[in-house]
Amino acid sequence: MVELKLEARRGGFHLQLQCRFAADWTVIFGPSGAGKSTLLRLMAGLDRPDSGRIALDGEPVTDTAKAIHLRPGLRRTSMVAQAPGLFPHLSVSANVAYGLKSMDRKSRAARVAEMLELVDATEMMHRRPRSLSGGESQRVALARALAPLPRLLLLDEPFSALDGAASDALLSRLQSWLKERRVQTVMVTHDATEAYASGAEVALLREGRLAAQGPAHLALATERARIITRLQMS
Amino acid sequence: MDWQALALTLRLATATTAILLVLAVPLAALLVLRHNRWLAGLEALTAMPLVLPPTVLGFFLLVLLGPGTAVGRGITSLLGHPLAFSFGGLVVGSVIYSLPFAVQPLVTGFAAVDPALVDAAKMLGAGPVRLVFSLLIPLARRSLLTAVVLSFLHTVGEFGVVLMLGGDIPGATRTLSIVLYNQVENFNYAAANQTAATLLALSVVPLAIIYVAGSPRGGTRG
Repeated sequence: MVELKLEARRGGFHLQLQCRFAADWTVIFGPSGAGKSTLLRLMAGLDRPDSGRIALDGEPVTDTAKAIHLRPGLRRTSMVAQAPGLFPHLSVSANVAYGLKSMDRKSRAARVAEMLELVDATEMMHRRPRSLSGGESQRVALARALAPLPRLLLLDEPFSALDGAASDALLSRLQSWLKERRVQTVMVTHDATEAYASGAEVALLREGRLAAQGPAHLALATERARIITRLQMS
Repeated sequence: MDWQALALTLRLATATTAILLVLAVPLAALLVLRHNRWLAGLEALTAMPLVLPPTVLGFFLLVLLGPGTAVGRGITSLLGHPLAFSFGGLVVGSVIYSLPFAVQPLVTGFAAVDPALVDAAKMLGAGPVRLVFSLLIPLARRSLLTAVVLSFLHTVGEFGVVLMLGGDIPGATRTLSIVLYNQVENFNYAAANQTAATLLALSVVPLAIIYVAGSPRGGTRG
């Protein structure tokens, strides 16, 4: 469970949130500039809020009042950003193994193989990132993020480069794997279809504030009405 | 040809470059990965030898390392001899004088690494040391090579700091630049030509390595 109570100012933008993500799969939905990626980076520990507290499973990972800020690698949190960020000088398998430094060689190789199979990228293991397509890179980035078995997975539009069918198949395989491993997931998207399709709890973010939270059909009802009204007016 | 001076020059340049690498890599990584006003001040300080006349820097170091200061007295009691007018003193002076030539290329190279890669490495548990050795250095190989070559060459051609801090002691502080100066002062242009050609060759070869390595067909781009 993720508990948030924070404020963060970035230039003219002001993110102010107090909420709790308890569902196995939460989708943060909102238009561009709503603060979705900022929120994800704060949860990941890559950025610090101006004030507030972030707790994962009851454990404070950021608490400005107590000067607590656990660095990203110590939060058991993984993130897949929109740009896959694969290390260009390492092979695909070395990329996936990067976060498994503490494991012995045999276990590490087994985990890498398992992750690549999950994202259907086994045949790419010896390739370099520059030879991969956008979709392939995103799948490898996902495998790399999952390999250390995080307790929280943060996804920032991770399927943007995948075509519809591939994205659906991967999403379904991923969801059952995450459920089995009890990994909580928070995914950011500005795609309403993706938000609906995930069947997840949706947090609707607008101009740095939480506008609604709940099952997709309820949380997005107001947003849908807004879009229809806007379309009718145009 | 003064072979003793050539050997001393190469020894000085090698020692300076090695020490600079050890200092400049973590310093450049710190300047790129952390941003605050204290570090901006530190960056300005490391760049100071670029604008400070070498003789002024040499004079300051001579005073600092001399018997008139606590630092100088401390070092003398620690080593058993003053650092000024010794090979060790030359190394200290060269390291300070060439610091920006090692730090600046590394800062540029490290800063050019995609921040998304740095974030990804951090998320996967990389601490600062692993970040530097597994990501920044491999991706900024050319900048590292540039830093090594520039530090080496800058030390080879150094004159003002060497003369001010080391004087002209054969086998201890007399480098090729000092030899060249002495030869010109004595109107021995034949020998001066030979020394100058040696210094030129020492500069051109490493520079050619940088440009070949950095050319589109040269492999190591960072």
